[in-house]
Amino acid sequence: MERKIRVPLSAEDARSLRAGDYVYLTGTVYTARDAAHKRMAEALSRGEELPVDPDGNVIYYMGPSPAREGRAIGSAGPTTASRMDRYAPQLLDLGLRGMIGKGKRSQAVKDAIVRNGAVYFAAVGGAGALLSHCIRSSEVVAYEDLGTEAIRRLEIEDFPVIVVADCEGNDLYLSAPAKYNEEK
Amino acid sequence: MRTVSTDLIRDAVAELCIEANHFLSEDMREALQAAEESEVSPLGKRVLGQLQENLRIAGEEMIPICQDTGMAVVFAEIGQDVHLEGELLETAVNEGVRKGYTEGFLRKSVVGDPLERTNTGDNTPCVLHTRIVPGDHVRLTVAPKGFGSENMSRIFMLKPADGEEGVKEAVLQAVRDAGPNACPPMVVGVGIGGTFEKCALLAKQALLRPADSHAEDPRYRAMEEELLRRINQSGIGPGGLGGRVTAMTVHILTYPTHIAGLPVAVNICCHVHRHASKEQ
Repeated sequence: MERKIRVPLSAEDARSLRAGDYVYLTGTVYTARDAAHKRMAEALSRGEELPVDPDGNVIYYMGPSPAREGRAIGSAGPTTASRMDRYAPQLLDLGLRGMIGKGKRSQAVKDAIVRNGAVYFAAVGGAGALLSHCIRSSEVVAYEDLGTEAIRRLEIEDFPVIVVADCEGNDLYLSAPAKYNEEK
Repeated sequence: MRTVSTDLIRDAVAELCIEANHFLSEDMREALQAAEESEVSPLGKRVLGQLQENLRIAGEEMIPICQDTGMAVVFAEIGQDVHLEGELLETAVNEGVRKGYTEGFLRKSVVGDPLERTNTGDNTPCVLHTRIVPGDHVRLTVAPKGFGSENMSRIFMLKPADGEEGVKEAVLQAVRDAGPNACPPMVVGVGIGGTFEKCALLAKQALLRPADSHAEDPRYRAMEEELLRRINQSGIGPGGLGGRVTAMTVHILTYPTHIAGLPVAVNICCHVHRHASKEQ
């Protein structure tokens, strides 16, 4: 099923998405990858506020290449999500409603997705030039010293993603390959 | 004896970093096209179509094919009759990487200390492999390696009794574990034999063989074909979203080994299999 959805995600939209849905996202998302997640976890452990309130938001696991003059961003495809598995359940429990990345998630993350009515989307890995066309603007909002790993606010338009893990506990990375598996 | 200035080597490395990150080699583009034609899964076919479109945009607009422009792996084959004039070779190559990644708007993805993890800011140092070869030329190959697939690479120190079946099972296990994380359709480089580090290097070098090439030894050629067929029976498919094209090619390189050992290294590369070469 193909859908167009606004981000930040409403609770209703997040709960309505199912593994295998092809979705075009429009609105605001925030980038964060390994180093930014580590800092956010450290901030939470010290009882500090996060630079971006996760509630209702979508995090895109992505560190762009530098933008050429006149462009919003450089190449901007997803990074492997499992490296953020250690941090994701805590953010989901704080209201994070969606994640965009690529690759498998741990059972703990999938449980947190179900528990919180959230969703994990995959963008096509290694298609950073194509995906950059769907990013209208990019602004660093925290941890600027981390360079490509800083937290950025992105305005995206019709950004193509596929629902991999949904709030019913479905996982497209398990169900889709099973259909084409020809091993004895 | 022929003199080659290391300034030329620096400039060539810089050019190759930019070229490799924006343009795939002809053999890889053909392999991706063939993958799109043969894929039966509709979603898989759609993903492969997007990858073609991505390559077109990357080349036309000079946007890196992938935002992970990699850690630069540089192979320098130096003719025995070459005299290098100028800076230390390693310094010149790193200056080339710095220049290429800075002037080419490529991502700086290298941290100085693996635990302290501060970004070096210019993507140096690279990983440099040198080899002395016959002749009076210097051949440079830059192969930027992204870590989505590098992280899924494995080394297995098998026992001689594990034999050919053990080797095949190790390769299949590495690919199954990699699944969607390694951005399939993949290129799979396999090293068999040598010592621990030689085996890993063989696997990396195997990746650099042309996509449509085969192992010279018929036994290993047959193994490459069998492994490719069995990998593509896994159903992982493009993007890990299901399908028949999980790998585009499997390359095996071998080396003599010890009576007590059977090392196997599996170096997985994503579909953005980048390498560019130049001879000075």
